Amino acid sequence: MGLLSKKDAKLIKDPLADNNPITIQVLGICSALAITAELKASIVMSIAVLFVLGVGNVVISLLRNIIPPKIRIIVQLIVVAALVIIVDLVLKAFAYELSKTLSVFVGLIITNCIIMGRFEAFALANGPWRSFLDGIGNSLGYAVILIIVGFFRELLGSGTLLGFRVLGDPIEKTGVYAFGYENNGFMLLAPMALITVGIIIWVQRYKNTDLIEEH
Amino acid sequence: MGLKEKLHNIKEKGKGKKWAPAFGALHTFLYTPNDTTHSGGHVRAADDLKRTMTIVVLALIPCLIFGMFNTGYQHFQAFGEPVDFLSWDAFWIGFLKLLPLIIVSYVVGLGIEVLFAIIKGHEVEEGYFVTGMLVPLIVPVDIPLWMLAVAVVFGVVIGKEVFGGTGMNILNPALVIRAFLFFAYPTWMSGDKVWVTGAAERANQIIEGANLDAVSGETILGSLAQGTDLGYSVSDMFFGFIPGSVGETSTFLILLAGLFLIFTKVGSWRIMLSSVIGAIVMGLIFNSVVDFGWIQEGTKFYTLMNTPYWHHLLLGGFAFGIVFMATDPVTASQTTKGKWIYGFLIGFFSIMIRVFNPAYPEGVMLAILLMNVFAPTIDHYVVQGNVKRRLKRLKVKTA
Repeated sequence: MGLLSKKDAKLIKDPLADNNPITIQVLGICSALAITAELKASIVMSIAVLFVLGVGNVVISLLRNIIPPKIRIIVQLIVVAALVIIVDLVLKAFAYELSKTLSVFVGLIITNCIIMGRFEAFALANGPWRSFLDGIGNSLGYAVILIIVGFFRELLGSGTLLGFRVLGDPIEKTGVYAFGYENNGFMLLAPMALITVGIIIWVQRYKNTDLIEEH
Repeated sequence: MGLKEKLHNIKEKGKGKKWAPAFGALHTFLYTPNDTTHSGGHVRAADDLKRTMTIVVLALIPCLIFGMFNTGYQHFQAFGEPVDFLSWDAFWIGFLKLLPLIIVSYVVGLGIEVLFAIIKGHEVEEGYFVTGMLVPLIVPVDIPLWMLAVAVVFGVVIGKEVFGGTGMNILNPALVIRAFLFFAYPTWMSGDKVWVTGAAERANQIIEGANLDAVSGETILGSLAQGTDLGYSVSDMFFGFIPGSVGETSTFLILLAGLFLIFTKVGSWRIMLSSVIGAIVMGLIFNSVVDFGWIQEGTKFYTLMNTPYWHHLLLGGFAFGIVFMATDPVTASQTTKGKWIYGFLIGFFSIMIRVFNPAYPEGVMLAILLMNVFAPTIDHYVVQGNVKRRLKRLKVKTA
């Protein structure tokens, strides 16, 4: 390994599949259901979490020896809240429409279990560089699922990808709509996001039976 | 060598091969297998899964035939060229419309069952037999076939196979299929254009500039939700000469089928009866709200609340739902007391959803799905209650 040692590379690789925060640890489900009706929102949400978790992990890791254990949750919350406010303001300034779509869910990154989970489980016990990699790895794992779900929901629900009409125009009846195809309104509702995540979990465990939990 | 023997030989050859379950399913469908266990005493019962399923399908046949007649009848009625109900013209249109629905439902559904049986390496289950017949009866007749196919795939995979197949599902697969269609393609599942075959097509022609009269055939529930009374007579509602999903319109035939299911002990009379009681109670509550003058004429829920409580039993899919779907032995409550509670709440919620949510006029579908989810909880508390009661009795005795 050139850039990363084997141990460090594992920090990035593991959360992508075998220890994925959404499908294996079942964290951060709430936002995965709420904002994945459009691919664009999924991507922006992923970037926001990437920033918050990457920077937050480093900050907590640097502070880990001076944070009194009794008030560590409060300190963690302050760090997340500060970072989330930055994200929120940046979105409002440069992508106002999108920040309206994401609405309250940007603020709710604070309560995303993945972030507090990584602070508690990793950043408080490891150095800044490794914490940074761990943050990147976990948010990428989160991003993978969000983008897969967002891809299918937008494609099947609205017939678009990132706003482009890839399947044709439903009103002018071009593309597949000419053959009588119609958008599946159910895909835009939250239950279908849950089912899509469930199908990903199913496929993943079918491919790698080690991941199936004991009862 | 007879056909029966030949089939048996093929089966022997295929043992352990991938296609064995698929062949086995066909084989047991055509013939009762003559493989028997050789040791010990066995109780032979005739009421196995296959027999139960066949009886339900038999009970559905009259509704299906009636649906074919009614499809054609409503079509001619709406297009302004009325024909006799029991006419060849009416039947033929309905037959041509329904046959593809039935074929798609069975081919897709059984295809998935066979696929899963091959992947999992077990025998094909008969579970889809009834579902496949229910599905064409609970959808609007003009539903595009590919939508039906997509919904069947969804219903069988997500509604049944992920839970482990027939007997393990928590939701009634036929209703999952209908709910999927309802939420995915609402324009094809509600409104005034979908219930009469040809109406949607005629609407498109008018948009394109054809000089034709618009055709609409709204269901009674749909129009009541809009605040208008279509003025169908009670006998039309009872015998089913009204627009609606294919098999749900004739309360009379469903009632006969229900009696048949009760007589053959396939359907639970407790669930059917308590559902009716639940619906009547809710209907009476709404009627008395109107009687007390708590709701003014012309307000949002007035028309539906003012509908006499017993009309609700004849309208929409209520009768069909409680006779054929609420009684599904897999998803209903198992305990006797539980069945009363389960049925009562289905009736109660059906009418409540119907009245309070005019966007979803078919409350019975959502009510049954909701109570399917709660059935195990009801059973749990019934069993716990029984345990507690008997423990108390024991304590009194020993004290």
